[in-house]
Amino acid sequence: MQEGRPLSPTEINRDLLRSILDTPRWFWPVVGFLGMIVLAAAITIGVMIDRGLGITGLNRPVVWGFFITNFVFWIGISHAGVMLSAILRLAKAEWRRPATRAAEVLTIFSLITALSMPVIHTGRPWRALYWFFPYDFARGIWPNIRTPLVWDPSAIFTYLTSSTLFVLIALIPDFAVLRDHTTGMAHRIYSLLAMGWEGNPRQWKMQILSGVLLSALILPVFVSVHSIVSWDFGMAVAAKTWHSTIFAPYFVVGAVHSGVSAVAFVLIILRYIYGWQEYIRHEHIDALGRLLIVVATGWFYFFVMEVIFGIYGREADEIAVRELQFFIWPISGWTLVFVITTYFIPVALWLTRAARRNLWIMSLACISVNIGMWLERYIIIVPGLSNRGVFTFTWNNYVPQFPEMIIIGATFAFVSMLLLLFSRVFPLVPLYDIKEGEFLRTEVKIGRRVVPATFRED
Amino acid sequence: MAKLPILGLFNDANAAADAGDGLRSAGVSDNDFDFLTDAPYPEGAFGEREEKHKLYIYPFIGALLGLTSALLLTTMTQVAYPMVTGGKPIISLPPMAVISYEGTMLGAILFTVLGIIFESRLPNLKKGLYDTRITEGYIGVLVNAEQTQHDRVANVLNQAGAVDVKREN
Repeated sequence: MQEGRPLSPTEINRDLLRSILDTPRWFWPVVGFLGMIVLAAAITIGVMIDRGLGITGLNRPVVWGFFITNFVFWIGISHAGVMLSAILRLAKAEWRRPATRAAEVLTIFSLITALSMPVIHTGRPWRALYWFFPYDFARGIWPNIRTPLVWDPSAIFTYLTSSTLFVLIALIPDFAVLRDHTTGMAHRIYSLLAMGWEGNPRQWKMQILSGVLLSALILPVFVSVHSIVSWDFGMAVAAKTWHSTIFAPYFVVGAVHSGVSAVAFVLIILRYIYGWQEYIRHEHIDALGRLLIVVATGWFYFFVMEVIFGIYGREADEIAVRELQFFIWPISGWTLVFVITTYFIPVALWLTRAARRNLWIMSLACISVNIGMWLERYIIIVPGLSNRGVFTFTWNNYVPQFPEMIIIGATFAFVSMLLLLFSRVFPLVPLYDIKEGEFLRTEVKIGRRVVPATFRED
Repeated sequence: MAKLPILGLFNDANAAADAGDGLRSAGVSDNDFDFLTDAPYPEGAFGEREEKHKLYIYPFIGALLGLTSALLLTTMTQVAYPMVTGGKPIISLPPMAVISYEGTMLGAILFTVLGIIFESRLPNLKKGLYDTRITEGYIGVLVNAEQTQHDRVANVLNQAGAVDVKREN
């Protein structure tokens, strides 16, 4: 038996356009509340620019703290979109349909947030532009392309541009639906965005090909982005303990782990707030849970390898950092929380079908993963830099300060606010993809069983 | 004489496909009618003509242009600010590889997107006869025919089971 009842195109339009055509009563108060948090962070950033980075906990030797941790975290979240959308599209996995757009949009907003972090971290954001944009004709100073700090923005820029175009191209048929369901100014705007879309076979063929072709092109970019982020550490001169060849795949798999968990959580929230029970079904969350077991275990393997190879070489710097991570309070406490919340709690839960289909348990498991993955980045960055050098005046410990906490907290409000605003103007579940899934769904009788049959076009 | 559009609306894919067969039998060329839907039906579901395209060329052109731009950018910035590091050559290939890779991919993706829009014949500024019921699941059969043939075409559409036939006023 197939899960969920058959849905007509009219029902699909009505349900999935509800977030756009009928604004729920809670919508603007919630957006306003999130906006206030973002505003508080903006004011804090202003104060930080005015007073300097001295109001943060950053100091020698720990010059990368909460901001860079948060940067890596949001880059990680951004990996969910393309991973889910592209791989599942290429693999023709039927259960991808309701999840792809939310995942892709989460990618875009996470990337924007991630990109803001190092810019804020510089303390003088306007000067940071000189580092990666080759525009300084007057002074003759050009970006130093030999540093990962220039590779990184180039990779993120490519990924952000690609992901945005990927979403926009897939939105064109849905713009046409919105064009046909709106009047006045909204109708004019959606007509402009739909570019005269009619839905003829040629346009649909291009739309299907675009999904496959862009997925295949974005996948290598997706892998490169977090690899290059890992090289910010792996190729940095600053900390010897970051010089690990395993960093790139370790970071990529970790990013997929946190990103897919975030997508599962966002889907559960969307299902609840917009009443999309017929579209985001238990089977979809269940499938994500099963996928996450594999991803989490792959990530855990890399984590164990990274520690083992670090210790096995018996280099003094490496041993000192491992000692800090595993035996010296409070970092050792955070390490314990990170390992338990990233792997042992969620994977134990995902092993049972009942837990994977319980949305409360799945939500807790996904939040747990992301708490752990945030801590993972913190535990890589801060202890690596806390290593005591030759000069005693640099023997400081990093203690994050209140402005950093406000800014970090506000990034979560910022992404949530952007997602809500997006859902107010564009459908977060692709209408045509769901409609296609509906008319392709059929069942075949094999012996005494009736099983779902799906047509897959080459 | 100029051809004018006529649109038949169907609530069933089989009926729309029958309309296509009927139009062909009535001597309407494959290039003169199209099927408008709100979702991608499997290719050939309506017996429609095969769509030729050159989409696969775009990413290659884009990749080539992207790679060239990235190589120029990385070479020129190193030459413009010649900083010797560790006695290594000024034009250092390994770090150029990363930006060249990203440039290549960016070029390929940008051109693919342009190709998709161009090959989809968008933006379509002169959108012809249309009905909003198409995005409610109806299948539109849009026929371009000389006005003298409109009655015959409408007859074919109605015989195939059209729920409505619209003509341009």
